Amino acid sequence: MKKESTWKVRYFLGLIFLLVVLSSIIFFDIPSLISWQSPFLARCFFMLMFCFFLCLLRIFRGPTPADRAVAIDTLGILIVGFCAILSIPTGRDWYLDIAIAWALQSFIGALALAKYLEGRGFDE
Amino acid sequence: MIMSKIILFIFGFLVWVFLVWPADWQHILVGVAVAGFVAFVTGDMFVRRVHHFKNPSRYFWFLYYVVFFLWECVKANIDVALRVMNPRLPINPGIVKVKTTLKSDTGLTFLANSITLTPGTLCVDIDEEKGYLYIHWIDVRSQDINKATELIVKRFEKVLKRVFE
Amino acid sequence: MNNPLFVITNIHELVGIIFIILGVGFDILGCLGLLRLPDVYNRLQATTKCVTLGTCSILLGTFIIKGFGATGFKAILTMVFLLLTTPVAAHALARGAHKSGVKLCDKSVCDKYKDDQDALS
Repeated sequence: MKKESTWKVRYFLGLIFLLVVLSSIIFFDIPSLISWQSPFLARCFFMLMFCFFLCLLRIFRGPTPADRAVAIDTLGILIVGFCAILSIPTGRDWYLDIAIAWALQSFIGALALAKYLEGRGFDE
Repeated sequence: MIMSKIILFIFGFLVWVFLVWPADWQHILVGVAVAGFVAFVTGDMFVRRVHHFKNPSRYFWFLYYVVFFLWECVKANIDVALRVMNPRLPINPGIVKVKTTLKSDTGLTFLANSITLTPGTLCVDIDEEKGYLYIHWIDVRSQDINKATELIVKRFEKVLKRVFE
Repeated sequence: MNNPLFVITNIHELVGIIFIILGVGFDILGCLGLLRLPDVYNRLQATTKCVTLGTCSILLGTFIIKGFGATGFKAILTMVFLLLTTPVAAHALARGAHKSGVKLCDKSVCDKYKDDQDALS
């Protein structure tokens, strides 16, 4: 938000970037090692990877430590969805065990980061 | 106090059975042992007022609360998604103060959680003694404390008062 | 790949895949909000709502596809955990950000919390 006049150009450029990436995910058949049950699942998987990329961009750019903490928390929730999608074509139920453990660990990690932001010790 | 331990035992055992669903007798044996140990050690601090669990109308109000809450959640998502997609980014944020009449810890926790997951509001801090909540609102419609309470808290408080108070 | 539906044979798989597609769409919108909105509190609003319900929708799709088996019950359990823990984490992060001195953005209208903290000290 540096200049008021540039927001239209920035919105347009971002829209073009999003459309190019999403359509390349949708219309090209990206090779992978897993035999997917349905082509929709493969597309959803790679779109979640694109979400990870957006979160990493916020971690890279974030002006304050709080922004980075928020992005890390979001990344933790997205990984749960990632494990849930992986458990469908492979048929292994222990992917969801990983998802439960990851959800709890990410919750505790977010609490620890919040304590750190408040500037208090971990034992209070 | 023994009732509190029994309730914690039932909760822990249900979670264990969900975790190892095609449950053999060996799984159930281990689950009984572990849930019993955990309930024996930490059962005293789980629930304070046990008599609330014997009241069947609370369960019906809790079911109603879950359905209502999920519907509000879906509305919140569509609201935030439309705001993000709009090129003009129509936000008008600010932190407002509202007051609540709930007293119990569980009720306050559920109130804060449901405020966080409903349209445009996020709970920032709770002042337990005076009953104030500080809420970040993405589209401030009124800075007055009574009007904001009417808009944000009232619809949940009516239901939660019947469940947890 | 002439017919993209060629593997889906049952109606419940179709419903589950529709839920998964909706969830992934909400996830993408939430992450876009993480990039577009101006300050920490607005970003927390977007990610907490959209990403939580999107992931819950993916888990619900998994439950519908897999049925009442080991995977389905674990998906339900993960959903309950997520709905209980994510708002608490968001609340703690917002409080920590405000205590560490992150300002609200320029557009914002009022900050009653800061006023009360100043009045206390």
